[in-house]
Amino acid sequence: MLEALYRILALTRKELLAILKDPRSRYSLLIPPVLQCLIYGYVATYDLNDIPYAVLDQDRSAASQQLLARFDGSAVFRRIANLNRAADVKSVINEQRVLLVIQIDQDFERRLLSGRQADVQVIADGRNSNTAGTAIGYIGGIVDSFNTTWRREHGQRSMPVRLTSRAWYNPNLETRWHMIPALIGTLTFIQTLMLTGLSVAREREQGTFDQLLVTPFRPVEIMAGKAIPAMLVGIVQATLVLLVAQLWFQIPFAGSFITLYAGLTVFLLAAVGMGLLLSSVATTMQQAMLYSFLLIMPFALLSGLTTPVSSMPMLLQYVTLINPLRYAIDIAHRVYLEGVGLTLLIPELWPLAIIAVITLSAASWMFRHRLA
Amino acid sequence: MTEHSAFSARMHRALSLIRKETRQIIRDPSSIAIGIVLPVLLILLFGYGLSLDVTDVPVAIVLEDTSPAATDLAASFQLSHYFDAQPMTSMPRAEALMLSRKVDGIIRIRPDFGRRINLGGAEVQVLVHGVDANHARIIQGYAQGAVSQWMARRAAQGYAMPTGPIVVQSRMWFNEANESRYFLVPGLIVLIMTLIGALLTALVMAREWERGTLEALFVTPVRTNEILLGKTIPYFALGVIGFVLCLVAAKFLFHVPFRGSVAVLTAASVVYLLVALGIGLLISSAFRSQFVASQITVLVTFLPAVMLSGFLFDLRSMPAMVRLMTYVFPARYYVALLQTIFLAGDIWAVILPNIAVLSGMAALLWTFTYRAARKSLA
Repeated sequence: MLEALYRILALTRKELLAILKDPRSRYSLLIPPVLQCLIYGYVATYDLNDIPYAVLDQDRSAASQQLLARFDGSAVFRRIANLNRAADVKSVINEQRVLLVIQIDQDFERRLLSGRQADVQVIADGRNSNTAGTAIGYIGGIVDSFNTTWRREHGQRSMPVRLTSRAWYNPNLETRWHMIPALIGTLTFIQTLMLTGLSVAREREQGTFDQLLVTPFRPVEIMAGKAIPAMLVGIVQATLVLLVAQLWFQIPFAGSFITLYAGLTVFLLAAVGMGLLLSSVATTMQQAMLYSFLLIMPFALLSGLTTPVSSMPMLLQYVTLINPLRYAIDIAHRVYLEGVGLTLLIPELWPLAIIAVITLSAASWMFRHRLA
Repeated sequence: MTEHSAFSARMHRALSLIRKETRQIIRDPSSIAIGIVLPVLLILLFGYGLSLDVTDVPVAIVLEDTSPAATDLAASFQLSHYFDAQPMTSMPRAEALMLSRKVDGIIRIRPDFGRRINLGGAEVQVLVHGVDANHARIIQGYAQGAVSQWMARRAAQGYAMPTGPIVVQSRMWFNEANESRYFLVPGLIVLIMTLIGALLTALVMAREWERGTLEALFVTPVRTNEILLGKTIPYFALGVIGFVLCLVAAKFLFHVPFRGSVAVLTAASVVYLLVALGIGLLISSAFRSQFVASQITVLVTFLPAVMLSGFLFDLRSMPAMVRLMTYVFPARYYVALLQTIFLAGDIWAVILPNIAVLSGMAALLWTFTYRAARKSLA
């Protein structure tokens, strides 16, 4: 037993040396996660911070100027053009010079002063309907605050219903707070899967795997020797992402590190199990690479990273149940933002444990029967 | 040798290389997996599964007031298909549901709602689970919309219900139905073309460099440009197959509007595919190791295609520095072309500059690749 442990340790050491001694492969393990984390942190957001727009003001009144001043005064709206004819709307939108056009009709001020309702038309470029929807939402907010001021200044009653909003765990609703903790799971998953898959495939392609097999190592020991270094690299990468989240983006950490790392370890077991299973199918590095891609894409898409699991069709929601990444992202969010303890994580932990047991035992069967 | 026979010899050499490479693709299941299986999988996932549109959000509606107005508002939340609202009267119970993520939000109607509604300023609180910020914001928007609609309906029923004074009437051109599928499915083409064009090509070429089989080819009478052609034409064909699959699925499976012309879309796609192939070839000849080449390719082609192209995250959401960065990557130009040709039509003011940039990139990349391959021969 002790000897087996020594053998595994020796193999782990050899494996780590193989990964880390080549500077190019060393950097390709450490730089991309940090770089990706920074880029995703800035890019992965559905909030808009620059909305180019045009105005078709057919009223040209004090009231319409007052309303438009609110748009120009906001940090997001940027007026590109003042249109004179309704016919111009088509070209500025078609050519993507603006995201939207605000159109104010001739009788705007007259209607307002006579206490009637006045319409403001917004025409948005729906080529990205999500963006258009967000921008229209921003307009609603600005118009609401204009309405409140107008009613107060003109001695009208305040609006009958007042909506106040609060968000738990993420008071300013920053997408980044959602994205970066999720990357702790996602980036680790990608690297662990590829690393395990590639390290076995490389040995098979170069013929050194056969050499390993004639040594006193048992197949399961070889497997452990491949799994442990990948998990160690995974933990280091997760820590890097965690550091970027806290030191660079300063997202407050609500939970405990011990809970997070405990969850991560279970997750990494499942990820490594998948990587080993994959490597027993792939005979070349190209295959290992491409198969891991084939796995990573659907897993990433069905994890809740970009679109919430709850808005997927029922059938796909069931598919997400076998997706380790989905649980990892849940764990990262719950520990990082909600600060839950280990007992509340049990619903996420047991499926991960089952996935780990199934993939690892399947992989060890494959190592014993197919590869040896 | 006459000019004619020299040409036919060249054709013959290129053709046999193409044949060899095609066989290799067909024999290796992983190439087929990336070239055919992954595109189909992505099309189905994006078309049926993933959506940024949200319906039936589970919310708890806490009714602390029993006035007819409050009950009526609660009922309108329950009837809305945007919400799957559970009515209750106790706030702690609603909070417990939110803590365990059984609901994504709480709508709380305060005790004096019925009284205040006639005075103005009756309060409705919306509490959202903010971990998924985008989802939370959508819920806030829906709640706002539900309350506005309710007020408009009350006003129509004759209650004194002042609205406005300004009401926003919005229209979304090109996608009146507000379906995120309409921009996700066309955008998908960029991912598939990038995977096949850049990643697959980079891997295959890097393997040849790694094993030294490319050097072996260079000492044969085959010329550099013939090798490049022979190596890339099969992957080009694979890319075209992926493109056709996406196009057919978008049109006939998901009924994404197609307002431009197929000819323009095809031209744009061919140019983009050339760019992607060029990047794949260049990276593989620069790094000559499968592992490093694939890491670099993912980093400079695939990730930018997902993140920095406007496919999923709008370019207008990015800080100015990052937005400047997006101009370097070809994916942004192709996504602009795809979205415009699909949803808006053949708008030359958008199409021409984007195609021009892509063509310039293709020319540059292929010149570099040709030089790099030639140099390694010397």
